[in-house]
Amino acid sequence: MPREFTPKVVTANALIEGDVVYLTVDDQWTRDLSEAEVLTDEADADYRLLQAQARAGEIVGAYLADMRPGPDGPEPTHFREDFRRTGPSNLFHGKQADGLGHA
Amino acid sequence: MYQYNDFDAAFIAERNRQFRAQVERRIDGSLTEDEFKPLRLMNGLYLQLHAYMLRVAIPYGSLDPAKLRQLAYLAERWDKGYGHFTTRTNIQYNWPQLRDIPDMLDALAEVDMHAIQTSGNTIRNVTSDHFAGAAADELEDPRPVAELIRQWSTDHPEFQFLPRKFKIAVIASEADRAVMKSHDIGVKIVERDGTRGYEIWVGGGMGRTPMVAKLLKDFVPQADLLPYLESILATYNRLGRRDNKYKARIKITVHENGLDEIRDLVEAEFPRRRAAFSGVDQAWLDRINAAFVTPTLPERDAGDYYAARDADPVFRAWADTNVVAHQHADHGIVTISLKAHGATPGDASADQMRLVADLAERYGHNDIRASHAQNLVLPHVALADIPAVHAALREAGLATGNIGLASDIIACPGMDYCALATARSIPVAQGIATRLDELKIEHDVGHLQIKISGCINACGHHHVGHIGILGLDRAGVENYQITLGGDASESTAIGTRTGPGFAYDEIVPAIERLIFAYLDLREGPEETFLEAYNRLGLAPFKSALYDQEARAHAAE
Repeated sequence: MPREFTPKVVTANALIEGDVVYLTVDDQWTRDLSEAEVLTDEADADYRLLQAQARAGEIVGAYLADMRPGPDGPEPTHFREDFRRTGPSNLFHGKQADGLGHA
Repeated sequence: MYQYNDFDAAFIAERNRQFRAQVERRIDGSLTEDEFKPLRLMNGLYLQLHAYMLRVAIPYGSLDPAKLRQLAYLAERWDKGYGHFTTRTNIQYNWPQLRDIPDMLDALAEVDMHAIQTSGNTIRNVTSDHFAGAAADELEDPRPVAELIRQWSTDHPEFQFLPRKFKIAVIASEADRAVMKSHDIGVKIVERDGTRGYEIWVGGGMGRTPMVAKLLKDFVPQADLLPYLESILATYNRLGRRDNKYKARIKITVHENGLDEIRDLVEAEFPRRRAAFSGVDQAWLDRINAAFVTPTLPERDAGDYYAARDADPVFRAWADTNVVAHQHADHGIVTISLKAHGATPGDASADQMRLVADLAERYGHNDIRASHAQNLVLPHVALADIPAVHAALREAGLATGNIGLASDIIACPGMDYCALATARSIPVAQGIATRLDELKIEHDVGHLQIKISGCINACGHHHVGHIGILGLDRAGVENYQITLGGDASESTAIGTRTGPGFAYDEIVPAIERLIFAYLDLREGPEETFLEAYNRLGLAPFKSALYDQEARAHAAE
């Protein structure tokens, strides 16, 4: 039986600001993980990643990050992605300070 | 302090002009990220977890008030009002935007600073003794030699694409305050038969394969230094493992080929290299030497210092840890702790930087150092002025008296910032320091160096911590391995792993158990943690770490 596909979002860093962004269903880049498009099909995820990587004038280093469904949209399965969507834990900077984090 | 000449200034200006154009071409789409990345790294610009990071070189840790004020200005103008001093005596800005980097570099150039070769497979910022020019035990000020190496290595065309990054440290005393033997090359200024020269150590390093440097040559005459270094670099450039990033540092080259083989190759290379040096470098060294004259320190009555010690126990406790003897008996070397309990090790706000600049101007002969231990140093302060310096530091939250104590923790940025990290470091340091402050035991515990890295690359020097902590990702959870018995001093040693790691919420209690075990085990207050460990070995500390935990678990 094929392994179940872990849901993914396309994420990257913005070219100018350098902060974390996520790809939305309507091809926008959002700073808020809850607005990201959740990809539940592997072929679809690979295709969306290729599309994202083609937008080199907007972002850097696009990749697929594992997620699990949550009440407010996708939730990271790994703590690294949790820090990326929140900001550093030593100072109240980054997304959490911009009202976007989930501290 | 070395001042840029016209050549230096023109070089930096041209380099900044080039990078400004490269940034513009990246933004307008003419350069891909793959094309741009090596260019930005050559200029110290990283992309981390939450933002870009600009790493600015502080050559051999030396600053003056104008430089430090400009670093404060950058922090306020283009960052979030603070900077982070690193174990390579650099300063990092964690939140700049790509468009602003060229302006930041131009602002740095105004005070003879840059970010060149703070990344990439090049010769990185040359470090030295942060007490250079002031230490009572030094043979001479090691910074002129460090500056000579900086000039030689900056944009050296042969060494821009080494197999891997390359780090050099220069010291001039028996005591090693620069972790010299953990460098790719360590240079120690020595004297033989009345002549100055250099011991050359090679192949030290931390990372996933920690090694203590080996003595390659016990005496290199002054005039042979640069050609000898060039011979080592050329040998490494040819032999170094470009096929495997994890085996690419010179420590592996030395390990795989053997020290004798490397020495033979270096000696074979040397005559050709030496012939290319006409002596211009030695003339330069004379000029550089003239720029590093220890200030003329007036005779000062130290009575006020001793009176303050008698009158104020807080001052006395701070002075006991943060002030050490100067070459001139009526002066002291003041270390300013950037390790307030619960704060981020190495962070300083723009206001704090400006205060330190003011104090250096008023009391410190315009001299400031960044140390590899992520603190700042005023190397030349009259003892009589130290009470006033302390009072001013207190106002700014900079009067933590913990230098060399357990809360004077080295910690890399870890996963709070770094894209390479596998776990957080900073909150672990904050947690340990906060706990020590609650327990009020660190003055009793005495000299204890805790060093924390958030990944195997070991920027937090955990291998040479008396207690080393390495943060890893174990099956998607932060996990912290402990090493004991590391030593960053002249008796350099790599710590030994104690056993299984600890979860994030277990690591601070584990360190606490180690410290209490030491207090129980030591022969007296004069026996340090490291001495007790070296006398007793791992077993009793291991027992404190794991047996008690096993009992606690059994009781649940």
